[in-house]
Amino acid sequence: MKKKLVVIGAGMASGRMLEQLFEADPGAYDVTLFNGEPRGNYNRLMLSPVLSGEKTYDDIVTHDAAWYEANGVDCRFGEPVVRIDRENRIVHSNHSSAEYDALVIATGSAPFIIPVVGKELPGVVTYRDLEDTNAMIDAGVAGKDAVVIGGGLLGLEAAAGMAARGASVTVIHLMGHLMERQLDPAAGYLLQRDLEKRGITVHCKGATKAIMGHGKAEAVLLEDGTVYPADLVCMAVGIRPETRIAVDAHLEVERGITVDDALRTSDPHIFALGECVEHRQQLFGLVAPLYDQAKVLARTLLGEEAAFQPVKTATKLKVTGCDLFSAGDFAEGEGREDIVFRDPGRGIYKRLVLQDDRIIGVVMYGDTADGNWFYGLMKDGTDISEMRDTLIFGPAYQGGAAPDPMAAVAALPPEAEICGCNGVCKGTIVQAVQGGATTLDAVRATTKASGSCGTCTGLVQQVMAFTLGSDVAETPQGMCKCTDHTHEDVRRLIRTMDLKSIPAVMQELGWKTVGGCHSCRPALNFYLLTEWPLEYRDDRQSRFVNERNHANIQKDGTYSVVPRMWGGVTTPAELRAIADAADRYNVPMVKVTGGQRIDLLGVRKEDLPDMWADLNAAGLVSGHAYSKGLRTVKTCVGKEFCRFGTQDSTGLGIRLEKLLWGSWTPHKVKLGVSGCPRNCAEATCKDVGIVCVDSGYQISVSGAAGMEVKETEALVTVPTEDEAVEWTAAFIQLYRENARYLDRAWKWTAKVGLDWVKEHLSDAENRRALNERFELSQSVYRRDPWAEHAKPGARDEFSPLADFRLEAAE
Amino acid sequence: MTNWIDIAALDDIPPQGARLIRTRTGCVAVFRTHDDRVFALDDRCPHKGGPLSEGIVAGHTITCPLHNWVFDLNTGIAQGADDGSVATYPARVENGRVLVGSEIIARRHAA
Ligand code: SRM
Ligand SMILES: Cc1cc2nc3c(=O)[nH]c(=O)nc-3n(C[C@H](O)[C@H](O)[C@H](O)COP(=O)(O)OP(=O)(O)OC[C@H]3O[C@@H](n4cnc5c(N)ncnc54)[C@H](O)[C@@H]3O)c2cc1C
Ligand code: SF4
Ligand code: FES
Repeated sequence: MKKKLVVIGAGMASGRMLEQLFEADPGAYDVTLFNGEPRGNYNRLMLSPVLSGEKTYDDIVTHDAAWYEANGVDCRFGEPVVRIDRENRIVHSNHSSAEYDALVIATGSAPFIIPVVGKELPGVVTYRDLEDTNAMIDAGVAGKDAVVIGGGLLGLEAAAGMAARGASVTVIHLMGHLMERQLDPAAGYLLQRDLEKRGITVHCKGATKAIMGHGKAEAVLLEDGTVYPADLVCMAVGIRPETRIAVDAHLEVERGITVDDALRTSDPHIFALGECVEHRQQLFGLVAPLYDQAKVLARTLLGEEAAFQPVKTATKLKVTGCDLFSAGDFAEGEGREDIVFRDPGRGIYKRLVLQDDRIIGVVMYGDTADGNWFYGLMKDGTDISEMRDTLIFGPAYQGGAAPDPMAAVAALPPEAEICGCNGVCKGTIVQAVQGGATTLDAVRATTKASGSCGTCTGLVQQVMAFTLGSDVAETPQGMCKCTDHTHEDVRRLIRTMDLKSIPAVMQELGWKTVGGCHSCRPALNFYLLTEWPLEYRDDRQSRFVNERNHANIQKDGTYSVVPRMWGGVTTPAELRAIADAADRYNVPMVKVTGGQRIDLLGVRKEDLPDMWADLNAAGLVSGHAYSKGLRTVKTCVGKEFCRFGTQDSTGLGIRLEKLLWGSWTPHKVKLGVSGCPRNCAEATCKDVGIVCVDSGYQISVSGAAGMEVKETEALVTVPTEDEAVEWTAAFIQLYRENARYLDRAWKWTAKVGLDWVKEHLSDAENRRALNERFELSQSVYRRDPWAEHAKPGARDEFSPLADFRLEAAE
Repeated sequence: MTNWIDIAALDDIPPQGARLIRTRTGCVAVFRTHDDRVFALDDRCPHKGGPLSEGIVAGHTITCPLHNWVFDLNTGIAQGADDGSVATYPARVENGRVLVGSEIIARRHAA
């Protein structure tokens, strides 16, 4: 007599298992199949092409009515099982029941719903089945606003599908880059760029606070206050195994239903497979291992020996036009090495992670043709040491002689294009070199080759070397070991190529390291925030400790706190607040600085936010004594009190400090304003010094009194205070826009020449434009960082994560 | 065998940043890298005691904020020409939580 097999869930895993079972022994079991969805098995992966309109539901059905009938399956679709009676071996739905000799649980998983206000509003869907897909199709057809929460595989397929149908879509993602479990930041950046090209808005580092609406979803509110309109909200933040009936039946369940290698649960008559199981502490979210489970379970059910062994799986995103491939482990680690290939022009990125001469991880974007080949090498653990040099180029390059770059360049015909941006061919470069352009700069100047995105620089140099018959004499110094581009190149390219994030710069300009280093990251952060004041968000983690913590670190790890004292002027109330703070936080030293203000030295990091809050309450703000930015404006008493004073030097100093404070600059900026040529404010050794005279204001620039002592050089003399302010801000903006990071003003003017500076500033139109750009940037940066970090909620990073001092130490 | 202590959510540590654990024998810095891995190292630079937690995290390295020595987070060994190393402790992420080895509490002071 045939035995009775009951299967709960007609999904991808059980479907494949039944195929295998019927193929091996059609007579072994009478099968009853329950399914929660009112339909049989279809290819769930293909819901995305259905959503985007590339396929219809009919195209993706895997088992139709005829198939079930031919195999004698008793189908109970639309009947979720509500109870398993293990004692009597019967399962129950709300409509019927079925007895079993063997039971298979294949209930898949349930989408995770984040517990925010409004999650139950109509218009909030997940992405799991045909019903969800149809709801999203409707949103697209009606041209609505859709928000997808979750920038993983499912979320992005949902977003792209709805966008293809005409919805206007925003993706909100908690992490710093998309698909962070499959992609590293570089590939995540390329993906984001491609999605944005098709009109999808991507908001990373976005935490959802609430879904708002009356009677239905209308908008999504984020923790940072951003609101996105939403007629439809799709939550795709993750899945968890659907184990409810197994838990109720008291089967052993950890995160998923636990199964052994034969896929048997803790009850010998009950088996489980698919996303609902946990096998050796591992959960599953992709079909490849589930198909292996299906094979094993079919054999187990037929009484054969079989054991399931999970293999590494690879992921692809099914969004037409976004080609990505990811497999294995791509975290950096001890003994691991990277081979990175970037072709910014074509938006291609490939990275192989190697350990012991074997591939252990692959991330590819843009060109994934070789993905499966790398995946094969990885799965087989092939030793790649022999082909390491050319490995990244894929199978097509293996086996031949190692390519000689010089020979390759020599072989190029004269009309071969070398610089894609400017359409310069090899012949033109050869001619220029023969005509006397023997340095890269000269070649750039005469032909424009490598003058735009710069990625062909190496090739241009090879053409030059081949023409000159030697190595090119001069190669400009790269910013750091991460890139061959100079600071100047990087700045120019940030502007011309519209690069707006650190990963964007690193990808497009071919950074050689994965995350940069302590030398290039602060520079890039500065260049980006100067270039895109409104769009770019300052990256705290790319800042040196003092600027990250808004205080100067001391040699023992404590900090110093210097409140601003505008123009060196203070009040009894401010002094009292400073004295109180010094008492309250046991400050070991209170010192008057060389910059006309007071330094509280030796403050503990965790006290900083409290101390700032106290100082803020008395109206004191950060003095930025730690920043590559405006430090102090030193003044003298001036004509208000001094018998020699010609103008209100104190007032002008305060006015300038209030205008300039908070701005970030390539290096620190200090000002001095003296009321007469006696120069008590030492204005002539500051970055900008103003000496007041009867007829007006003498402005001189580029002084310093540090490691080098430099007297300022005269810039201009102007009759009114307003003009003095306008010239000063214009000078500082010119410095911000042009100087190399960490060049103090005098170093920069020594490079470009003071005449160049004068030329730019003497044009009134230009001065006005510089002032406007400075003001635009200040609309973002003229604010007190102390106040921001003293806010409740923003303080955490200043305190330790955990304190084990009270635990017994041995 | 390592006993694991759950100390915080991964999101309590900023990406490419660090937070501290205080113990009776000094602080341990817990770093989070760009790829969401975590590393626990003594928060004391072998050069002149700089607080490594305040350095810049790049890839799997940390640069000391005081004089720019660079350490591999995996091994605690100084890179390049500099000579020295920092003690490392087991640390990992599981289900969005940061776990550290209990030896952090029980260790003797290195110095
Ligand atoms: C506090 C103060 C000394 C004091 O007790 O008076 C000071 C303290 C430091 N100075 Fe200074 N400088 C201070 C006025 C000066 C002055 C005098 C002035 O501004 O009139 C100079 C010379 C003028 C100049 O800048 O041209 C000065 C030239 C430097 C330099 C050399 C700069 C250069 O271009 O050569 C450095 C090193 C650097 O910036 O790279 C420096 C760096 C430092 C640092 C930030 C060293 C560091 O990186 O840790 C010191 C921080 C100590 C701390 O924890 O607070 N400090 N420093 C003064 C703070 C002024 C303020 O109110 O903000
Ligand atoms: C849109 C989308 C795209 C995807 N793309 C990919 C991809 O590109 N590559 C990849 O590898 N994977 C992809 N996946 C994941 C893949 O679809 C799943 O891994 C796979 O479907 C899991 O198979 P399963 O049989 O365990 O569960 P499912 O296929 O989910 O089947 C479970 C079935 O059980 C039913 N059920 C649940 N509880 C009960 C109950 N109590 N009684 C009766 N029936 C019940 C459910 O209704 C469901 O029909 C994608 C998933 C989705 C949603
Ligand atoms: S002179 Fe040197 S020691 Fe003195 S405060 Fe300035 S940097 Fe520090
Ligand atoms: S203390 Fe760390 S480098 Fe000097």
